Amino acid sequence: MNNRQNHRKNPGLYVHVPFCRSKCLYCDFYSIASQTSIPTWLEAVQREMRLYGEDCGDEHRGKFQNFDSLYLGGGTPTILSERDLAALMESARKYFTFSPEPEITIEANPDSLSAGKLQNIRDLGINRISLGVQSLDDADLKYLGRTHSANQAVKALEMIRFSGFTNISVDLIYGLETQNLRGWRKTLDKILEFRPEHLSCYQLTFEPGTPLGKMKAAGKVRSIGDKLEAAFFIYTSRYLEREGYLHYEISNFARATELTSCHNQKYWTHTPYLGLGPSAHSFYSGTRWWNVKSVKKYCQLLAEGTPPVESSEILTEDQLDLESLYLGLRTSAGIDLNELGADPGMSGALAEMQRTGLVKISNGRIKPTRKGFLVADSLPLMFQG
Amino acid sequence: MQKIRNFSIIAHIDHGKSTLADRLIQHAGLVNDRQFRDQILDNMDIERERGITIKSQTVVLSYKSKSGEVFDLNLIDTPGHADFSYEVSRALASCEGVLLLVDASQGVQAQTIANLYAAMEHDLTIIPVINKIDLPSADIEMVKEQIDHDLGLDSDLAVLCSSKEGTGIEDVLEAVVARIPPPAENSDKPLAALIFDAHYDPFRGTIVSCRVFDGKVRPGDLIRLMYNGAVHKVEEVGFFRLFRDPQPELSAGSVGYLIAGIKTVADVRIGDTITMDTNPVEARLPGFKDVKPVVFSSIYPISSDEYPSLVDSLEKYKLNDAALIYQKDSSAALGQGFRCGFLGLLHLEIVQERLEREFDQAIIMTAPSVQYQFKLNDGTELTVENPQYYPDPILIKNSAEPFIKATIIIPERYMGAVMKLCLERRGSNPRIAYPTTARVEITFDMPLAEVVFDFYDRLKTITQGYGSFDYELIEYRDSDLVKLDILVNGERVDALSIIVHRDRAREWGLQVCDRLKEEIPRHNFKIAIQGAIGGKIISRSTISPFRKDVTAKCYGGDITRKRKLLEKQKKGKKRMKMVGNVEIPQSAFVSVLKARDE
Repeated sequence: MNNRQNHRKNPGLYVHVPFCRSKCLYCDFYSIASQTSIPTWLEAVQREMRLYGEDCGDEHRGKFQNFDSLYLGGGTPTILSERDLAALMESARKYFTFSPEPEITIEANPDSLSAGKLQNIRDLGINRISLGVQSLDDADLKYLGRTHSANQAVKALEMIRFSGFTNISVDLIYGLETQNLRGWRKTLDKILEFRPEHLSCYQLTFEPGTPLGKMKAAGKVRSIGDKLEAAFFIYTSRYLEREGYLHYEISNFARATELTSCHNQKYWTHTPYLGLGPSAHSFYSGTRWWNVKSVKKYCQLLAEGTPPVESSEILTEDQLDLESLYLGLRTSAGIDLNELGADPGMSGALAEMQRTGLVKISNGRIKPTRKGFLVADSLPLMFQG
Repeated sequence: MQKIRNFSIIAHIDHGKSTLADRLIQHAGLVNDRQFRDQILDNMDIERERGITIKSQTVVLSYKSKSGEVFDLNLIDTPGHADFSYEVSRALASCEGVLLLVDASQGVQAQTIANLYAAMEHDLTIIPVINKIDLPSADIEMVKEQIDHDLGLDSDLAVLCSSKEGTGIEDVLEAVVARIPPPAENSDKPLAALIFDAHYDPFRGTIVSCRVFDGKVRPGDLIRLMYNGAVHKVEEVGFFRLFRDPQPELSAGSVGYLIAGIKTVADVRIGDTITMDTNPVEARLPGFKDVKPVVFSSIYPISSDEYPSLVDSLEKYKLNDAALIYQKDSSAALGQGFRCGFLGLLHLEIVQERLEREFDQAIIMTAPSVQYQFKLNDGTELTVENPQYYPDPILIKNSAEPFIKATIIIPERYMGAVMKLCLERRGSNPRIAYPTTARVEITFDMPLAEVVFDFYDRLKTITQGYGSFDYELIEYRDSDLVKLDILVNGERVDALSIIVHRDRAREWGLQVCDRLKEEIPRHNFKIAIQGAIGGKIISRSTISPFRKDVTAKCYGGDITRKRKLLEKQKKGKKRMKMVGNVEIPQSAFVSVLKARDE
């Protein structure tokens, strides 16, 4: 029903750089701490680019053109040498076409940046930096297993601004046992001094399989409980909105509509995206597929000329609808009223949700309130009689 | 005829009736040890598991007595529960004698006495049998004293046995042959045969178990069922020997089966008389009653798309259980279902379990109700067993509910606790007797509604298993009845409404509110649960909403993962019942009926 038209929109390109100096305790993304395989990985990514690029006969050939976003994520992409980054960017431009002013983002850690590197990154056409600060409290950073200090993070932010970047995003994490609301506010205040264009504030989640998740299962660490989490969430939303930020997605804030993340929104709107590198996900017109979650396997498959795809799924209409519904209800834009069926039970559910202040209706759209955001996981099924 | 004996075994539950039957069968050589399955007569799984007999079975034992003569002993098994007392009475009517079984360690219990009275009513020869003499806790002297005092029988004539070890079985069989009189010879009279049971066979239709009192019946005869005058042609007659053994005829005095193209068990009535179409008897054999259900409850499929399958299962089930009655019912909360009538609470539980087990139905049953009587101001009289049809209270002039006489036998030390329980359950007019030292027989008048829930469970608990209980319906008595509704966020959950005595409404309301609070998961909004009589709220509980339920991140790989989780929840939601926006799990409907753990 909805978002179907989006497959004609400009796609986004993602490259997963699965290398880190060390693994953070909470992180659930695929990465490895060894850097010896960077050269083979780079070669493999370039091969994968060629598979999807114009000069090869893959089934997806030609589908992914005119990207208006490129996102180098990880891992820690800034771990790559200037030469490797340059090679990566060059290949991307060789095999794919881009719209005139694409959003090109690189994720960075405070301890993987230098003035020279930043200059170099800018010279490569990368115009947005997403800096993993997480907190400006050293106790928090230690709890999370970060390898940098609060001071390093502040220095990194100064450096980025000084290098002339006009689109900075900062990643922060809240809801730690080591943290209270006052400490969280101190982090926010200090960050706001730099007026970042974009903020991602994530509530700490204990993902099973991560060291922190295991520590929680073993009773060594605890979550702060849903009451306090709710308090942190509401506080963050109110505080940042007062400071002029748009709370446009559960965990994302932007200083203006045009400063929202062009790339990330593709994930939330069924707009095509191509993910390269181990574990990266891609989506095109109702089909989603994902790469193997192993650098070694990824490189091997590509060396044989085989697409490194682990699996794929073709979404049914119902599945697409369900995804649109729940993804939409995670954003301030909400969902189009017409996207809901005419089921009378539906209008009853909607009335009840308005009454309890979980959503509001404006301009023909159902938009979650701040209170609605808090329980966004439970909203979609209220519409599914 | 001199070589036939017709007898039953009667006993309190768990006193070893089925085990003794097994031993008798084994002793008579009807089965060899390899074929032998414990409790051969209880052939339903559920009977074997619960150790109770639901459908009675009959079997002929060929027994060569010590004198060298061979006897045909017709053992007519009887159901062992008050719910089936009418079936028991019809089985007893088919006998000349009974073995009254008493557990050597537990002694005489409430049902022992009830069974004794039933046997006396039919003027049967009663042979007391003390079973389980092998138990370390067996106290034969005590039991003998009870037999003398409680039962008024001669304990010197009691036969001692242990069905478990097989001791004394020969003595039991000899006593049957020696003491129970042979049936009277009346083969020349017009046919009169008593139907005491009926089973459904998918290939042959209804297999009627009957005792021929007068005349004889052969294949080819045209018989008439006196209840409805229906005429059937007899296809086959014979004896039960664990399998059906066809015979050329059944003559007066014999017990056997008859197949006559009768479609379902509902087409015959237990207690009815079979006669010849051409030469009928004038009057039916005495004691016929049309059994009426006393406990009612509605059955709903958990998921509404399983309704057709429930219809099918009930139809099949009904083929073999004429006592169950049902009709269509519907509920706003639970959808399409059936209002069912049962002989009692055990019957209800059996139906529920068999539907779930043998027919694989996932069902929700509503709170059991009895049949209430209302007189309205305009003179109309109403009988209501479904809270949905509770009349407008301003129109009610008078309301009444069925009362029972409850008989409870307990060791004296539990008297205080049992009295308290009975008084809580609106018991009145207590009568206390001390049949033997240290044991008390308490009789109460009590509303049937108070025992249909969990009375027996509670009694067992507070008497640590020593309490025994039996009841009989006595009469309708005036009662201040109200309808209690349960509201979830202001919406009435019709399936949870009950008719209840005003004094008991608040307690019930509180209990349901608490149970639902435990069973309904937290939602993202506050849920109010209320018990209400008319517009008046008498109990309430609140389920606080969860504060936060949102995944922080949702990028590439998270999207599929999150969707799959939602799909799983959506599936789970299908098994929930929606009341307004509130999802009520099936367990909530079940939990309100569970025994109160006070």
